Amino acid sequence: MALFEVSGYKKYCELREQILPAGLTHLVDRTNHYSFGTKTQEFAVPPGVDASGFLKSCNHDGGVCIEMNHGTTTLAFKFKHGVIVAVDSRASAGNYLDSTDANKVIEINAYLLGTMSGSAADCQYWERLLAKECRLYRLRNNHRISVAAASKLLSNMMVGYRGMGLSMGSMICGWDKQGPGLYYVDDNGTRLSGRMFSTGCGNSYAYGVVDSGYREDMTVEEAYELGRRGITHATHRDAYSGGVVNMYHMREDGWIKVCQDDVSELIHQYRKGMF
Amino acid sequence: MLSSQHFGDPGKMKDYHYTGPVEHKFSPYAFNGGTVLAVAGEDFAIVASDTRLSEGYSIHSRDSPKCYKLTDTTVIGCSGFHGDCLTLTKIIDARLKMYKHSNNKTMTSGAIAAMLSTILYSRRFFPYYVYNIIGGLDEEGKGAVYSFDPVGSYQRDTYKAGGSASAMLQPLLDNQIGFKNMEGVEHVPLTKDKAVQLVKDVFISAAERDVYTGDALRVCVITKEGINEETIPLRKD
Repeated sequence: MALFEVSGYKKYCELREQILPAGLTHLVDRTNHYSFGTKTQEFAVPPGVDASGFLKSCNHDGGVCIEMNHGTTTLAFKFKHGVIVAVDSRASAGNYLDSTDANKVIEINAYLLGTMSGSAADCQYWERLLAKECRLYRLRNNHRISVAAASKLLSNMMVGYRGMGLSMGSMICGWDKQGPGLYYVDDNGTRLSGRMFSTGCGNSYAYGVVDSGYREDMTVEEAYELGRRGITHATHRDAYSGGVVNMYHMREDGWIKVCQDDVSELIHQYRKGMF
Repeated sequence: MLSSQHFGDPGKMKDYHYTGPVEHKFSPYAFNGGTVLAVAGEDFAIVASDTRLSEGYSIHSRDSPKCYKLTDTTVIGCSGFHGDCLTLTKIIDARLKMYKHSNNKTMTSGAIAAMLSTILYSRRFFPYYVYNIIGGLDEEGKGAVYSFDPVGSYQRDTYKAGGSASAMLQPLLDNQIGFKNMEGVEHVPLTKDKAVQLVKDVFISAAERDVYTGDALRVCVITKEGINEETIPLRKD
């Protein structure tokens, strides 16, 4: 393409190589026809345009409307008896509710959980890749990966694709040699360790509820109730959260799934006389 | 300067009045319409689609079904942009053959679903404009339905509608198969014949109210005996 070269227009992959060295990101015009991207991980990018704004610009031509699954509230907090993880189960694509029973917690192994918020495809893909890397670590090093290392693997994956429009807010929760671990990782590459996090568009409502009810020396039942309330109240006020509360408890001997309660029944219990 | 059109429904045509200078550029996508539906039963699965191929105000073909047979126990329904549907099914067929040659066995429905998720995600930044639903039997012989979004997020369902009339059909399926929003009703498990009849009725409703759905209905019923295809006429207007 002689004109392409003469005009001095740089291909998107070359521009990115100035930020990140080549070999870290495999961005191609189309995935290889013979190996179909099975040998090395390849991503196709639209030639000549900025990947993150591309889909939005296609969305008004001739009835084309490409919507991806989005939206959530998730929360997790550490307390005396481990880590509580609670998520909702709604997946929306634009204004349509694509699923009311989406699974937003990935069970990486018996001692590691990852939550998903933001774009469903991004979360599912990268956390599944994280689960693969954790398994390989276990096989190569003969001991389980630490929560800090697992969250770092995920945040490094995110940094590699920074600026390309990925959307992922995740919490990696686990129990390793250092005790209970909770890390927040997002699509910018942010990685924070903490005692309590909430992600997704309903997070502010969940923070309000959990902050006011939290005590370090809660009993297990009180902690379950706090997690349930946090998600329920967030789903009540946030349009893009709803469905059921899926709750997990990370203990020293691994995680257990605590409950799967419908939020519309829970909100009636909590707000007696309101409706 | 970009046009100041509002966010429209899929297929909604542009208003023909002057809104200001508009930048036109080549769009790699088109919307070809069509609806797909899949239902999973105790020992069967059904994948059904209409056969209309449209673009804008025209109908390109009345005989373009959107169900594609992948293996003896799996059928995929693809709607959205027909060009991407064709390429995607070609890639899936090639990957199925590669798997068969390397592993000496056919891919199971669950494995095909997981593979499709990674194929779609490899185009995360330039997506296939296809809404996929896979229907088939799992390793235990039970019906399985997997639904996808255009970039590869997926989950296993009991029933799912996709494509242009999906927002109309999904609530009807929630009510009839999921028994949602009904009180005091016995949850009878769905038999194969009842499910096929329900699918036909549901598509007749879709053809009444969605312009992109109609002409004919192709139903593929997957059981351990094999895949049985049936074509039923729908409204042609």
